[in-house]
Amino acid sequence: MRRVVITGMGAVTPLGVGARTLHERWTAGASGIEGGEGACTAFVPTEHLSKKEARRADRFSQLGIVAGDEALASAGWDEGLPYDPDRIGCVMGTGIGGIETLTHGQDRLMADGPQAVPPLSVPLMMSNAGAASLSLRHDLRGPVFGIVSACAAGAHAIGTALRLVQCGDADAVVTGGSEASLTPLARAAFAQMSALSPTGISRPFDARRDGFVMGEGAGVLVLEEEEAALARGARILGRLAGYGTTGDAHHLTAPDAAGRGGAKAIGLALKDAGYTAIDVDYVNAHGTSTPLNDRAETMAIKLALGERAMDIPVSSTKSAIGHLLGAAGAVEAVATVLALRDRVAPPTLGWEEAEEGLDLDYVPGHARPLEIAESGPAVGLSNSFGFGGHNVALCLEAA
Amino acid sequence: MSTVTATDVEATVTEALESFGADADQITRDATLESLDIDSLDLAELSQIAEEKYGVALKGSDAERLKTVGNCIDLIVERAG
Repeated sequence: MRRVVITGMGAVTPLGVGARTLHERWTAGASGIEGGEGACTAFVPTEHLSKKEARRADRFSQLGIVAGDEALASAGWDEGLPYDPDRIGCVMGTGIGGIETLTHGQDRLMADGPQAVPPLSVPLMMSNAGAASLSLRHDLRGPVFGIVSACAAGAHAIGTALRLVQCGDADAVVTGGSEASLTPLARAAFAQMSALSPTGISRPFDARRDGFVMGEGAGVLVLEEEEAALARGARILGRLAGYGTTGDAHHLTAPDAAGRGGAKAIGLALKDAGYTAIDVDYVNAHGTSTPLNDRAETMAIKLALGERAMDIPVSSTKSAIGHLLGAAGAVEAVATVLALRDRVAPPTLGWEEAEEGLDLDYVPGHARPLEIAESGPAVGLSNSFGFGGHNVALCLEAA
Repeated sequence: MSTVTATDVEATVTEALESFGADADQITRDATLESLDIDSLDLAELSQIAEEKYGVALKGSDAERLKTVGNCIDLIVERAG
């Protein structure tokens, strides 16, 4: 099977525009959550996009385009694609898609009738628009499509992209996820199902956690077949070593309390990478701050990693930026690679009170150096779980 | 619709194309839609504006004869007349 390396990364998050901005600010203990939400307040679409580009994309696609531009630039692709465009794919995940566009169209329909519905409604709100926009912008002509699996979508996209390159359907894939659903409808809908934190505080794994905090943003990675990347002298940021995915078949929204599906995904990702529990140096948890997820995920990590689970730092990016839904897995994959590269475990912000059974090392308070054997790469796992019982684990490594 | 004038339609079309992202300095009667990067989706939006303002629509089948800004203005004026 062909090996796949990460040569470019980009992110737009509530901590700012840029992958390193996310990593450095989170590691320093900064939070991008204000007023109970993680909005990308530093993101001004027209600073990055022409008037036409901006109005041809819902905010979720705009975020993806800007993260994508950063990823391609960091891969050294900004002055031209290094491969035949037919051999470059684009796979982007989203949980919801263009809900702002959908809501606007519905408002126009109710107010002034069918004739008033904007003609751009469908191409902007379709969930595959993120992938389509990036493909158009950069002339990516290989396998191009969207992935929809709620809060696992970003990670599913990256895993699918891995397989496309491994199997030879593409030599490189631009992949990740984006989400922009800070709208009254989405807020109300998540709140009505008691998923959101009524206090507006994201504190994953803490005994007082009471739900997730909504966020928006995008993360994009450039994956390339290793030999081709080395041949062109690419800077290798890390390697996507393994991918595991399962379904709970348990409940429409609740995770399996024993964490069996999540544990299986973690086990599959490790096996895919050729690693065992003892090789894992860091876990970037899904860690939503909901009562159910954080308990089930803790069970899953223990089930998959056994005794080793107690020795591995486990932290949640959502403590700093909230839950980016379909973008979460992609943004967190970016965060994981940068943490592994810098040999640091960023903190789970806000964690203060332990709950019985939630006894992993959640890296409370401050970032901590990762202790890595000098001979090998740093190995990490990034977990993503979605409503619908979708479980994904990515195994990432960095030299 | 007797009040519809070519001048009025020209102003409406120019404003619409500018709002779609076309460069205001390039919008003239003779400018081609292609040169302004105006495509079928923009024409669908222009049709909606024309329908709301003048009660006339541009259809997909009109696209073939709409090559320039002037073509759009003339067709709207013709149908509204």
